Amino acid sequence: MAFYDKLFSAMGLSDWCGTSDDKAPLSLADLAAQAGGAEDAGPVFPIPSFDNLHESCNRVWQSRDVTNGIEDGFLAAKPALKAVLDPITQPLSWVLDGALWLFEATPWFIMVPLLVAISWYASRSRPVTIFVAVAIMLLAVVDHYDVAMQTLSIIFVCTTISVLFGVPIGIAMSKSDRLQKSVVPLLDLLQTLPTFVYLIPLIFLFSVTESKLYGIAIILYAIVPVIRLTDLGIRLVDSDVIEAANAFGMNDRQKLIRVQLPLALPNIMAGINQTIMMSLAMVVIASLVSAPGLGVNVLRGIRNLELGVGIVAGIGIVLLAVILDRVSKAALTRVDKTQVKH
Amino acid sequence: MTQPMVSLSGLYKIFGPRDMEVLHHVQNGMGKEELLAQHGHVLGLNNINVDMQAGEITVVMGLSGSGKSTLIRHLNRLIEPTAGEIIVQGEDVMQLSEDGLRHARQEKMSMVFQKFALLPHKTVLKNAGMPLSVRGEDEVTCDREAAKWLNRVGLTGFENHYPAQLSGGMQQRVGIARALTANTPIMLMDEAFSALDPLIRTDMQDLLLELQKELHKTIIFITHDLDEALKLADHLVILKDGFVVQQGEPQHILLNPNDPYIEDFVSDINRARVLRVRSIMTPLVDGKVPEDAHGEVDVNDTLESMIARSGGDTSHAYIVKDGEQTVGTLDMTELVRALVPRVASEAGARQS
Ligand SMILES: Nc1ncnc2c1ncn2[C@@H]1O[C@H](COP(=O)(O)OP(=O)(O)OP(=O)(O)O)[C@@H](O)[C@H]1O
Ligand SMILES: [Mg+2]
Repeated sequence: MAFYDKLFSAMGLSDWCGTSDDKAPLSLADLAAQAGGAEDAGPVFPIPSFDNLHESCNRVWQSRDVTNGIEDGFLAAKPALKAVLDPITQPLSWVLDGALWLFEATPWFIMVPLLVAISWYASRSRPVTIFVAVAIMLLAVVDHYDVAMQTLSIIFVCTTISVLFGVPIGIAMSKSDRLQKSVVPLLDLLQTLPTFVYLIPLIFLFSVTESKLYGIAIILYAIVPVIRLTDLGIRLVDSDVIEAANAFGMNDRQKLIRVQLPLALPNIMAGINQTIMMSLAMVVIASLVSAPGLGVNVLRGIRNLELGVGIVAGIGIVLLAVILDRVSKAALTRVDKTQVKH
Repeated sequence: MTQPMVSLSGLYKIFGPRDMEVLHHVQNGMGKEELLAQHGHVLGLNNINVDMQAGEITVVMGLSGSGKSTLIRHLNRLIEPTAGEIIVQGEDVMQLSEDGLRHARQEKMSMVFQKFALLPHKTVLKNAGMPLSVRGEDEVTCDREAAKWLNRVGLTGFENHYPAQLSGGMQQRVGIARALTANTPIMLMDEAFSALDPLIRTDMQDLLLELQKELHKTIIFITHDLDEALKLADHLVILKDGFVVQQGEPQHILLNPNDPYIEDFVSDINRARVLRVRSIMTPLVDGKVPEDAHGEVDVNDTLESMIARSGGDTSHAYIVKDGEQTVGTLDMTELVRALVPRVASEAGARQS
């Protein structure tokens, strides 16, 4: 005799519910009761959960029906989703694999000077450039050069794609309040969801051996700041300057290219900086789903309790993070300075 | 009279979501405060009828919030009117398509802003050349024209500076050069000199008058400063709470203010410096000039210079010349009387 029996009979639903005649254990509580051998008195006033209600009425679902339902629904939708998403995302795998190959195949004596040169070009700062050179050599001497390059190639691809998609999305959002209102909750969701949570549906959808799996996970996570800050940056452009642009008869395209984007550039760059840092954070977690790089060594450290391996890889990640952050921040301040020279 | 360059008639602007619905209240005489209290709409412009003549400087003056910026932004439709007609060079601005409007903004009207509104990431040269590059002119033309006008406003040597490296006065020179590079017949200037300190401001006013002597543009100049208005205006329009209190020749308004609002405005002014001989002389009736005249003066001399010239002697009289032609006589006693504002003289008369 379950607690909610009276409720259902009071509502006149006893017939609809049918009798709970099946004796097979249906819930964990049933199992426990059987195991205990005695009729479980249960709490005086059990919480009205699916399982508790089910005891009084067969028609009510059990909680495992819900999880099963979701799984079935997902599996049913999978072929259709896959048919659409697979071809669309396939190029991502190619790009990721291609970049990985390129970064690994390029000999170190070309790659290292190239990276140092890029740092110099972006930052125009001697300390930053020297730091980059030293940090890469440090990684190299402890034999982490290869894995660091793998990580870098993934970050490179994912950041580029995030910017290519994020900036136009941000521009569109800045033009339309309606679009902004509908996209912002989605961005909030992407940013607040624990990263493991959206790995789950991705694993179902794609096979773990495909590189686009981790590519998508990283991009979804890292694209958020560049979208937000592009939108914000364009909205913050001085309205007087926009008015002047209008008064001299600029069309929307001219306004965007000559006024809004250049004036929003410091904000957009700040967004790109964050996007890079977030790709790095995610690429480590993505090693769980076969992303190569420094994360794999960290994972090995955890799994096999190889303290040294884990810590060295961890320090490698820190170094990489500092490199990326310094270079992109220096580029940002350089852009900022040309805007307001005093 | 020739057709005015710009003609506003029956222009109303009400800020708010239901401007059309509350328009008839305003047309039936509801004022700005009432409209805000009863309907929550802000009255920007109230039945504006102003003609602006080609080649003249029309100054629109009024206190803060009187609708000056709103008015000037209607000429190039940066603000859409609630009702009324805006005719520029015989063309109804309200009928223009989007392209037509952009074209008009590029070719007919350029604008100078109170806060300069330069592009901070572009050099002075590129800023000044912006109106031409918007029209799709090639870079060489843009740079050449920009350099020419920068030179004209005294900024040669600063072409490759960024706006933030210049002082306010210099930035506004760039703003003016930009408007001149556009080479439009009409120039809209919204409190263009209000952000500058007094000395620089006088310089800029002189620069504008000098340029105007050469270029004969149709300038619509906004200010809240009466001295500036009187110095620049060929035609003065005084706004209060969105409607025109008085408009006309500035000297005429100064001598015959038709509203206490304007009397307040003009009571603090240095009349000797602003009033000119032509406004207070006695016009010549039958070619007769006084024989005891102390000399000849020009119609455009200020009263201040007359006082200096006469050494303060009120018994003097002068013959007034406009070029070669004798146009009237000036009695120094008349001059002294004109120095006292009408309100004050009436108040004095009441007391005695
Ligand atoms: N976008 C707007 N929405 C609502 N009210 C507005 C808007 N723009 C201006 N107003 C109102 O219209 C009136 C006139 O404003 P306007 O800016 O034209 O004044 P102004 O004479 O230029 O003043 P100032 O000397 O301060 O620049 C003010 O009461 C102002 O509050
Ligand atoms: Mg204003």
